[in-house]
Amino acid sequence: MSTLVTGAITFALGCYALASILVIVRLVRGPSAQDRVSALDLLYFHAMLVMLVLSIGHRNDVYFEAALLIALFGFVSSAALAKFVLRGEVIE
Amino acid sequence: MNEMPGWEQIAAAGLLIASGILVVISSIGVLRLPDFFRRMHPPALAYTLGSWTVTLAAMLTTETGPVAHLLLIPLLLAITVPVTTVLLARVALFRRRAARSGDTPPPVTAPAVTLNEQPMAER
Amino acid sequence: MNVLRKIVPAPLMSLTLLLLWVALARSTSPGQILIGLVLAFGVPPLTTGLRLKNVRLRAPLVLMRFVLTVAVDVVTSNAEIAWGIVAGRWRQPRPAFVTVPLELRDPAGLAALAVVTTIVPGTVWTELALDRSALLLHVWDVGDESAFVARFKHRYERPLREIFE
Repeated sequence: MSTLVTGAITFALGCYALASILVIVRLVRGPSAQDRVSALDLLYFHAMLVMLVLSIGHRNDVYFEAALLIALFGFVSSAALAKFVLRGEVIE
Repeated sequence: MNEMPGWEQIAAAGLLIASGILVVISSIGVLRLPDFFRRMHPPALAYTLGSWTVTLAAMLTTETGPVAHLLLIPLLLAITVPVTTVLLARVALFRRRAARSGDTPPPVTAPAVTLNEQPMAER
Repeated sequence: MNVLRKIVPAPLMSLTLLLLWVALARSTSPGQILIGLVLAFGVPPLTTGLRLKNVRLRAPLVLMRFVLTVAVDVVTSNAEIAWGIVAGRWRQPRPAFVTVPLELRDPAGLAALAVVTTIVPGTVWTELALDRSALLLHVWDVGDESAFVARFKHRYERPLREIFE
C-alpha cells in the first residue's frame, strides 16, 4: 500500500467524520420527524462507508461484512421508523 | 511497499478523495437547504456515486482474492435506498397535507380519496 | 417444459440467489455451491405469493442501453446537484413538484421506474396515482416543466415500456 492511498484513506475518513458531524446537527435540529429519520439513515450510511474504507486500509474482509450488516440494519431501521412516523405504529 | 504507485493506486486514491468530497457536499446540502423536499436530494449523491467510488477503490486496491462481492454493497443500496426514500417522501407529503401546510401539492388521484384525519401538527 | 417451470418458477431469481450466496461466501467450493443451490431451489417456491406474476424482461438490448443511460444520468446529475449545493448562493435552483402523466402500467416496470427516479439524484418519487395514471415527482431544478416531462418520458418511461410491456 503506497503512502498515496494511505493519505487518501485518511482524507476520506476525515471527510466522513466532518459529514457525520454536519448530519448530526441536522438530526438534532430536526425540525420534523422525517428530517430526523433521513438524517439517521445518512448517518448509518456514513458508518458503512467508514467500514468500507477501513477494509481497504486494513486489507481485512471482516470490515466488508460489517459494512454489509450496517447497510442492512440501516435499511431495516429507517424503513421501520419511516413507517412509524407515517402512521404512528409499526405493525398494522 | 512499492516505490512508484501503480496506476490503480493513483486511481484508487483519486476515487477515495472524490467520495470524501461528495459525501461532505451532500451533508452540507442536508444541513443548509431550507425545506424537507429539497433536503431529500443531496443524500442521493452519497448513496450513488459516494458508494460506487469507494467500492471501485476497494476493488482496485485488492491485490489477491475475489473482488466481485464488493459490488454487493452498491447494488444492495440501489435496492434499499429507494424504499426508504419513497417512504419518507410519502411521510412528508402525508403529514403536510394533514397539517394543511401551504405549498403542498394536492393528491394526484381523483379527489374521491380525501383525508378524514384531524389536522396534525407538523412536527 | 412444464416440469421445469414447476421446479424453477423464477429462474432469474434462482440464479441471483446462487450468485449472491457464492459472492457472500467468497468461495466456489462444492459445499458452498450446494448451499447456494438449496437457496436457489428452495426460496422461489416459498415466495410465490410475494412475487409479481408474469414479469418478463423483453428487449435485452434496450435493457442494457437503459442501464447505461441511468449510469450516465447518475453521474451528470450528481455533478449538477453538487454544483447546485456549492454554488447555491449565486444561482438558486428552482425546485418544484411535477406531475407526470404515465402510460406505463406494468407493476414491475413502475417499480423499476421508482428505483431509477430515486437513484438518479435530482428527482424523488413522491406519489403515484391510485389508478397509476400519473406520478408526482419532486424535482431539484425545473426550468421548463413540459420540457422536463417530455425528457423524462423519453429517457425513462419509453425504454421501460419496451422492456416490461
